[in-house]
Amino acid sequence: MKRTKLSRKAVIATIGAVSIATIAIAAPALAQRDPAYEAARAEGKVGEKTDGYLAVVGASTPDLDRIVKDINIKRRAVYAEKAQAANATLEEYAFTAGCLNISRTQPGEKYQAPGGSWQTRGSGAPQRDPRCP
Amino acid sequence: MNSHKLTSRAGRAHKVPMEHDRTGLSGASRIVMAVVAPFALAGCISVNAPDKPIVIELNINITQEVIYRLAADAQNTIEENADIF
Repeated sequence: MKRTKLSRKAVIATIGAVSIATIAIAAPALAQRDPAYEAARAEGKVGEKTDGYLAVVGASTPDLDRIVKDINIKRRAVYAEKAQAANATLEEYAFTAGCLNISRTQPGEKYQAPGGSWQTRGSGAPQRDPRCP
Repeated sequence: MNSHKLTSRAGRAHKVPMEHDRTGLSGASRIVMAVVAPFALAGCISVNAPDKPIVIELNINITQEVIYRLAADAQNTIEENADIF
């Protein structure tokens, strides 16, 4: 009887440990933006392009270039992996993400209109490609 | 009579010997040249360099159907990688 109680405790402890471990693993995936990136977005120094990637808007600095390049490399890797899994091309997947990225911009942030011009997101809906969902 | 004089002059014109052919082309070749030359001239094509850079729009081939199919998947991807979006 005592042995059974102990093993139950062990099971509960194990479940607890697994839960904590799961949260610890899941946390980096749900990480928020780097503060420098967040600030650059809010200030309109970087913007969302129609092709699914980020770009410097206006005058560039080495820091902005580095942020944009770093994020675009990571995005490309994610797009490539997901595109392959979805049996789509990298460009198709990236473009679809671009539609959503532009929708997700907050007022004051920059995005690229279908014609290629840079726009500042207002309170209304952004200008998007007619194919966007 | 005037009509007689005119007829005589016209007759003389035919008697002027033709200039020696220096092109060396036979009669048949000359006819061919006469037929082909205008076409050869008309066939000249002038090519002008465009004044604007040539932009190849790769996104034009992406169909709305594909975008709609990928939309939900892409939405999840963005949420899962919130640090880079």
